Amino acid sequence: MSIQEITSADFEEVVLKSTKPVLVDFNATWCGPCRMLKPTLEQVAAERPDVTVVGIDVDDNSDLAGEYGVFSIPCLVLFKDGMEADRSVGLVPKEAVLDLLG
Amino acid sequence: MAYDIIIVGAGPAGLTAAIYARRASKTVLVLEAKAWGGQIINTPDIENYPVAAHISGFDFADKLYNQAVGLGAEVRLEKVTGVADLGEKKQITTTRDTYECGAVILATGSENRKLGVDGEDKLVGRGVSYCATCDGNFFRKKDVAVVGGGNTALEDALYLADLANKVYLIHRRDSFRGEDSTVQRLSARENVEFVYNSTVNRLIADKRLTAVEVRNKLDGSLREIPVSGLFVAVGRVPENESFRTLVQVDEAGYVVAGEDCHTAVPGIFTAGDNRTKMVRQLVTAAADGAVAATEAVKYLNG
Repeated sequence: MSIQEITSADFEEVVLKSTKPVLVDFNATWCGPCRMLKPTLEQVAAERPDVTVVGIDVDDNSDLAGEYGVFSIPCLVLFKDGMEADRSVGLVPKEAVLDLLG
Repeated sequence: MAYDIIIVGAGPAGLTAAIYARRASKTVLVLEAKAWGGQIINTPDIENYPVAAHISGFDFADKLYNQAVGLGAEVRLEKVTGVADLGEKKQITTTRDTYECGAVILATGSENRKLGVDGEDKLVGRGVSYCATCDGNFFRKKDVAVVGGGNTALEDALYLADLANKVYLIHRRDSFRGEDSTVQRLSARENVEFVYNSTVNRLIADKRLTAVEVRNKLDGSLREIPVSGLFVAVGRVPENESFRTLVQVDEAGYVVAGEDCHTAVPGIFTAGDNRTKMVRQLVTAAADGAVAATEAVKYLNG
């Protein structure tokens, strides 16, 4: 399952106003560990239809990275009801992503 | 399950060993604790590997992985917790399973040395970083500190000086181990301050890092430096913890082996950054992989 890439323009609609939990993957094209993490996130997205998984390019959306205190990527931030519920930083195995979702 | 050769670590050394072992028709299992590719995946652009003038670390790792798997190597993401030498057979225990093989290649590489200050782990990604070129961009126009005195610390400080508002370079001695030319270039920067004879005593944070407290080793005084980023460049440590009782390691933890990649134990070889050696580069890791696999094949064939 491919992951929808979003921008600052649709962040409010897709993430903050979502009724489902949203897992946001802050990434960049030059970031090797981010690219390593992608297939894992695709698997998680396929297995967990109760969660929306989206990607945000930090270079194109540095405002969002700044607002949410992203200082290292890959950074996964879980949003519930428009609020940050949890996060993990760095390349993590699938089990850790599933743990984050609870 | 039994294999001819089990390789611990799927970085450039381990995967190159897998290629050579498969081409010699040996059955191969590569066990990797984190993600295949090793630390090279953090490098955005590799410029010193022969033939490939520019390649990203990710693409390098991806091609290498596909080459090894394409030749029939099996790669599993399992952390090795122990290697036992049973003479002709070796037994490998992972967090999931136990495997047997005739020869082992330890290619576990190295990881960033931590400062060992309270709260460090929790602040990774919240201000604490071990990779200036990866994370530097998030600290544009902010105040940051670099800890360390070697070339990596100096180069990190220089890189960050172009991005950040101010860079403090914290070092426990009164002079740097790294190259003089880099020290001179740093001295010329108005936004770089050297903090000599000092160690990081405490990390000050709310949700994110806000300051570091350093202790001056000469007079014991404490100084609080407000920074939003702390880049730790105090060297690397080999990931040989699980093999300390199996093979000989030096005082820094590297597996003692010469250019032939033989450890003191027959049938156990080592390759890459976790081996005692002079030059730790991508190309020398790959070279070690070739040597270790060739020696392992020779050992198995008697």
